[in-house]
Amino acid sequence: MLRMCCPWCGWRDELEFSYGGEAHVAYPANPAELDDAAWSEYIFFRDNTLGWFRERWAHTAGCRMWFNAIRHTVTNEFAAFYRPGDPVPEMPAEVAR
Amino acid sequence: MTQPMRLDSGGDIVRDKPLGISFDGRELEGFEGDTVASILVANSVRVCARSIYAGRPRGLMSSGPEEANVFVQVVSGAGEPMVRATEIEAYDGLVVESLASKGKLPELPDTSRYDKRFIHVETLIVGGGRSGQAVAAEAARAGDRVLIVHDRPTLARGEGGEALAGVEGLTILTRTTATGLHEHGYVVAVERRTDHLALPPATWSRQRLWNIRARQIVLATGAHERPIAFAGSDVPGVMLAASALDYVTRFGVKPGKRAVVFGCHDGAIDAARALAEAGVEIARVVDARQETTTDRVVVGTETAADGTLSAAIIRGPDGSMETVACDLLAVSGGWNPALQLYTHTGGRTRWSDEAAAFVPAAGPEQVRVVGRATGEFAAGLRPRALFCVEGHDSSPAEIFLDLQRDATLADLRRAVAAGMRSVEHVKRYTTISTAADQGRSSSVLTVGVLCQELGVPMTDGVTTTYRPPYTPISFALLAGRDYGQLADPERISSIHDWHVARGAVFEDVGQWKRPWYFPAFEAELLHDAVARECAAVRTSVGVMDASTLGKIELQGGDCGEFLDRVYTNLMSSLAVGKVRYGVMCGVDGMVLDDGTVARLTDDRWILTTTTGNAAKILDWLEEWLQTEWPELDVRCTSVTEHWATVAVVGPRSRQVVATVAPDLDVSQEAFGFMEWRDAMIGDCPARVMRISFSGELAYEVNVDAWHGQALWEAIYQAGQPYGITPYGTETMHVLRAEKGFPIVGQDTDGTVSPQDLGMGWIVSKKKPDFIGKRSYARSEAAREGRKQLVGLMPLDGSSRLVEGAQLVEAGVDLTRVPVPMVGHVTSAYDSVALGTPFALALLADGAGRHGEELQAVDKLTGIRVRVTSPVPHDPEGVRRDGD
Ligand SMILES: [Zn+2]
Repeated sequence: MLRMCCPWCGWRDELEFSYGGEAHVAYPANPAELDDAAWSEYIFFRDNTLGWFRERWAHTAGCRMWFNAIRHTVTNEFAAFYRPGDPVPEMPAEVAR
Repeated sequence: MTQPMRLDSGGDIVRDKPLGISFDGRELEGFEGDTVASILVANSVRVCARSIYAGRPRGLMSSGPEEANVFVQVVSGAGEPMVRATEIEAYDGLVVESLASKGKLPELPDTSRYDKRFIHVETLIVGGGRSGQAVAAEAARAGDRVLIVHDRPTLARGEGGEALAGVEGLTILTRTTATGLHEHGYVVAVERRTDHLALPPATWSRQRLWNIRARQIVLATGAHERPIAFAGSDVPGVMLAASALDYVTRFGVKPGKRAVVFGCHDGAIDAARALAEAGVEIARVVDARQETTTDRVVVGTETAADGTLSAAIIRGPDGSMETVACDLLAVSGGWNPALQLYTHTGGRTRWSDEAAAFVPAAGPEQVRVVGRATGEFAAGLRPRALFCVEGHDSSPAEIFLDLQRDATLADLRRAVAAGMRSVEHVKRYTTISTAADQGRSSSVLTVGVLCQELGVPMTDGVTTTYRPPYTPISFALLAGRDYGQLADPERISSIHDWHVARGAVFEDVGQWKRPWYFPAFEAELLHDAVARECAAVRTSVGVMDASTLGKIELQGGDCGEFLDRVYTNLMSSLAVGKVRYGVMCGVDGMVLDDGTVARLTDDRWILTTTTGNAAKILDWLEEWLQTEWPELDVRCTSVTEHWATVAVVGPRSRQVVATVAPDLDVSQEAFGFMEWRDAMIGDCPARVMRISFSGELAYEVNVDAWHGQALWEAIYQAGQPYGITPYGTETMHVLRAEKGFPIVGQDTDGTVSPQDLGMGWIVSKKKPDFIGKRSYARSEAAREGRKQLVGLMPLDGSSRLVEGAQLVEAGVDLTRVPVPMVGHVTSAYDSVALGTPFALALLADGAGRHGEELQAVDKLTGIRVRVTSPVPHDPEGVRRDGD
């Protein structure tokens, strides 16, 4: 069970959170202007990164707020937790294990 | 004579506290402090089990966690299907039975209690041996909160014992096994609290699941002795050398009278010396390191009539063979640091030639390995890596690598011959390391033999990945108290007691208990009750508890704009006092949920969701508000539990509502369809909505949940002159299906758009955008063959259709597979109003096929059906304003 930091509430067990997939995939400003391929990209396709990954979480069983995190998908280390609208933190340098 | 192998002195047993246990019906004596295994040894019980496939006699091969042969079924007390005999503390009256590698579930339910505990510490020490105790003392003196988990009944004695004397800030859990090491310092441990007691206190939980969160984890998990494989190394009497000695020192029992000791490191020689001191005659010490060109090794065993060891066959450096009589063959192939937990979160090991073992290489920052688990001690024994000895006339099928799985060198060779190179593949091909001990004694051995077979150095060998749990955890413990009624919350409406008193039959809808139907008399069947309830609603009036409907209140100046974006139709134009039906879709354009939206004031709205979908829809709305449109002034609150909702349905509902709310003008002119009004029902303020899920004139009356039952009773009273009939979810389903109202999740499955449901009218063409809109312009939305909602009627007017039945074109031969399928039945009922069974179905291009004939196939029988419009009853909608 991961331990993670809600930017509003602080450190909590993973139990209280739910996962929201890749972060910073914005709803297109004007969907009507996209062709089918570009729209499908938005609906169906997400990165499946091995390494550091920006992703969304929601503190479902807590303050119910969404936030972003940078997690290493192999080691499950977290490098950052930040609120929507915050400056996006740099990706850490890959650490070889 | 009892306990013939018991020494006159020595061991940690309490000699003035004798006890008796039963093993396979035999009464055996022992002492407090014994394990089942040490009692078996003391009483010279040498054949203790049969192997799972070959049925070979097996005896104890260890004194501890390495044991792979003797698992027993605990019959007394709470019972336990499959436990190592070496790990069961004996008590007077304990009853166990031997197993052939498979336990059986106890027949009686387990009435024991299981608990969970949570603890946070700076330092967790796994293993209370000397190294663990030393680190614990150091950490506690530095001010840490320290927890030691130790799997034996007491901490190790000796110099370590004093290490902890007077140290504060320590929590010590004995009889506790850490079973999983997870990310971020999370460790799961199992504490066995009562299994060693003949009469456990009734108030004690049997086991506790400890959820430990530690800043630093110290693994002082020690090492497991490794066997050497040779022909017949599985026979009773062959035992790990340190374990043989352990029986002497811990329990004061001799594991044999005359021993051959076979090893490849100094520890084996030391064990031989100590066994001799305890009075075991040492016939030979076979040290496989003595020669560099040829080994002096044990290549086989001989057995007595009962299958137990009678002699060891030794091959000398010159190839000469010698048979040495013995009843104990003490073997040691070296030590495997116990690094299972270390690898749980990705810690990696490497082969060390010095230690002849896999040792820690790189692990998580928070994890530190100390003591024997580092492998340093093994290196001090000047070991030689020796895994398997094959004599000239040994049969590979008699050289056992995994005792619990009866897997042999012959099996491994078959795997290699089939092209396997990775130990992970070999493991799956041969089943080695997949038994209850998860390869504790066989895994490294197998890596060694595999490298030998492939002719590659051990440094190329990789141990298999260990995964939690290190030892099996019972489901009962994982469930703790969360079983039966506490497994999941049961949600009931405030009117529930009335339904119970009335004899309602309930069904589960999500977590809700909803009345399914209300039998008029005890023996009334579902079919008859539903027919009666439906008729009452269509001809007079019925009443239903709709409180479970999800309700979300929205507040804020931008609610209209927000709802325009999440519903397919226009909501912002809704006037205060009005209600509108709406459908929500995902970005893919497929139906997510439906319900009604009512505008309460300029900036207050309330919407309803499907009963099972309320939490999901609240999540959905909050996600969009927070992550995409934070600039919108909208707040969402779940108010499902705040309101009791009573649906009064049928042509006489107007009279009933007029009776309970005399000040409310219920005339068609004053209170139209899809409108809501405030009203007083007695002293209770109510919100009355004219919404219909049946096609009939209907009112949904909402009051504060506290007054739900009073409201229900008032309505029931007022309805008596009209024979008001309470009805449940089954009747509700029939009534809505007769009107072709789909249920999201029953008539839809995530691939169905509003257009597929024949509800293109609810998708706005004017709004510039809303969630899902762009998807309706995808080629996928326009392709031929999309499944669309239709009605079905059996041609014979009487055959009942089955939900899930496949639709097949008329005349298709059902015996010629594959049978092409063109759709399926989603809802099927008998209809009083239609006088025939009917169904809703999703049918490829169904909208254009009304009037055609198909077969609805269930269990290879096709029922001939006619495709109809999905609104078979009152398609003009004339009944919604009453008759
Ligand atoms: Zn929070």
